[in-house]
Amino acid sequence: MTQNGIALPAQMRQDMLKKMLEIRAAEERIQGLFLENLVRGTTHLCIGQEACSVGVAAVLQPGDTMTCTYRGHGHALAMGMTMKALMAEMMGKASGACKGKGGSMHMTDASIGLLGANAIVGAQLPIAVGAALTSRLKKTGNITVTFFGEGAANIGAFHESLNLAAIWKLPVLFICENNLYGEYSVWSKTTPVRDIAVRASSYGIPGIVVDGQDAECVYHEVSAMAERARRGEGPALIELKTYRFRGHSRTDQAPYRPKGELEEWLKRDPILILKERMIADGQLDETEFEELRESIDRQVVEVVEWAKTEPYPPVEALYEDIYYEG
Amino acid sequence: MIKLTYRDAVRRALADALRADENVIFFGEDVAEAGGVFKVTPGLYEEFGGERVMDTPISEEAFIGAALGAAITGMRPVAELMFADFVPVAMDQIANQIAKYRYMSGGQFIVPLTIRAAQGAGAGFGTQHSQCVESWLLNIPGIKIVVPGTVKDMYGLLRTAIDDNNPVIVLEHKVLYNYAEEIDEAELTHVPLGKAAVRRVGKDITVVATQLMMHRSLDAAERLAGEGIDCEVIDLRTMIPLDEETILESIAKTGRLVIVEEAPHAGGWGADIAALAADKGIYWLDAPVKRVNMGGALIAYSPPLEDEVVPNVSRIADAIRAVMRA
Ligand SMILES: Cc1ncc(C[n+]2csc(CCOP(=O)(O)OP(=O)(O)O)c2C)c(N)n1
Ligand SMILES: [Mg+2]
Repeated sequence: MTQNGIALPAQMRQDMLKKMLEIRAAEERIQGLFLENLVRGTTHLCIGQEACSVGVAAVLQPGDTMTCTYRGHGHALAMGMTMKALMAEMMGKASGACKGKGGSMHMTDASIGLLGANAIVGAQLPIAVGAALTSRLKKTGNITVTFFGEGAANIGAFHESLNLAAIWKLPVLFICENNLYGEYSVWSKTTPVRDIAVRASSYGIPGIVVDGQDAECVYHEVSAMAERARRGEGPALIELKTYRFRGHSRTDQAPYRPKGELEEWLKRDPILILKERMIADGQLDETEFEELRESIDRQVVEVVEWAKTEPYPPVEALYEDIYYEG
Repeated sequence: MIKLTYRDAVRRALADALRADENVIFFGEDVAEAGGVFKVTPGLYEEFGGERVMDTPISEEAFIGAALGAAITGMRPVAELMFADFVPVAMDQIANQIAKYRYMSGGQFIVPLTIRAAQGAGAGFGTQHSQCVESWLLNIPGIKIVVPGTVKDMYGLLRTAIDDNNPVIVLEHKVLYNYAEEIDEAELTHVPLGKAAVRRVGKDITVVATQLMMHRSLDAAERLAGEGIDCEVIDLRTMIPLDEETILESIAKTGRLVIVEEAPHAGGWGADIAALAADKGIYWLDAPVKRVNMGGALIAYSPPLEDEVVPNVSRIADAIRAVMRA
């Protein structure tokens, strides 16, 4: 694993910690809402993986864009989606990010560069390639990042996208969150290589493996690849080794995990890692941390209660926005 | 007056669109330096350069998805699928992404992209390179489908498609590429989507067709004129949006309807036209509606087999006579 010992400035650490706590608090509430049937269908939590979205988002600049997956609440919040837009969308309310038409798996906010969370495994990669093509043609200096799981590294769109981006030398970063499982299958049963990152060599682009539990480490490694992309040197494949603490979706209890595996990874909770580092460097103490956590929890609960009272879209909305009129 | 082919019309429309708007870009397999497998696009790469006219790898899913990513970030891409038979290779991007991107984001994006593809039998390309695919695409709200059958329409519909802020799939009939018309250059203008053309005015029976079948229906109509049957031939020009009014007005006048499709019977677009007649035109009808198409057969390579499967002038004329007798 690549390690990078340089500490980020205290304020950045503080921001990252806060964002990870927000994501954690939001998702814990979302699971509750799902059990209450206020969130319908399915929902995929990224609890345990927060350092990935937060570390990457911290690298992005105005005008940069992102596509991600159905496991995308964390990515949306890390990009700057408001808690209100997220929670209202979770419940299908008119004031949601997508006016209630997207739901848990499709968090989208074009105004902050979040070009969409996708429910088809791998489909967001080609879209990111196209967004990066725009940046290259318009010479904006912007980059696009696209998130996917290790399971998506076995779908055609992954390979086609890396190849196309490499040939066109596009400013796009392919970010694989390897959480060891694709639904209920451990990745060693579906994938014959030890690291997804080695697949970069087939396309002549850099492939790196990064500790996905360490937000600072994610930030540093992604920064280096982002700078390279901004300079016009093309795409990179970045594999973040991570773990989801919850099941794949819905009420999955993850019985397919070997005994003790979760417990080992819980010791590497991304929030814990950053918190302890900040305490060691005298930037935080336990009381401040608890206060921060509690105040974030309170805010999330307030937003959830607000979202519950928000109106659903009128049924006429069903027929709106199928086509752009005019 | 100049003599222009359907092939020339495509090239001119692309060149004029590239000239008119710097956000228009064009890409596909072998379309740039080689000028396309049907030699439709020679010279565009030379005139507009490799930034705007690009060859892609053989990665239909990736480059159609990239067209979407470019479209939602400010470009106006035109992507070519070499043969329309390859639509299923990119079907996730077409059906789940391109068609739904605006809708499921609650109207956050416009999706101004065009996909061009060559379709149709009659050139001996065999089973996997000869199909007409509009009926595969008809069940996907969110896209528009255009089927030009004349030189002026090829130019004008493609221009309108490229200018449209919605995704449009333009299906070109490969047998028509050499079809030529004498035209006044001033007539090369945008043609609106959703407006059918009455190609032959008649009072006895309405024949609805597109592309090669429209030309064959006109030939059948001439043959039948000698027998005292006066056919009205309607060229749909676009499948989505569909011009119901022109069809219904014609049925109201003639009381009889034949639909000619270059496609299998089951689930074909002709069934929608028949259903329209049953729903909104039933009291005008004096006879059962007949569909002429490929039945349950596939397209074969051998010349007599290919000739047999696609409706020819005799088969169309027979169907019209049968409906006139009914
Ligand atoms: C094309 C496609 N196939 C299957 C699915 C069903 N599915 C949803 S998530 C998932 C597992 C994906 O695993 P991975 O890429 O590792 O992402 P993770 O869920 O672990 O974040 C599957 C098979 C889908 N949504 N799309
Ligand atoms: Mg996974």
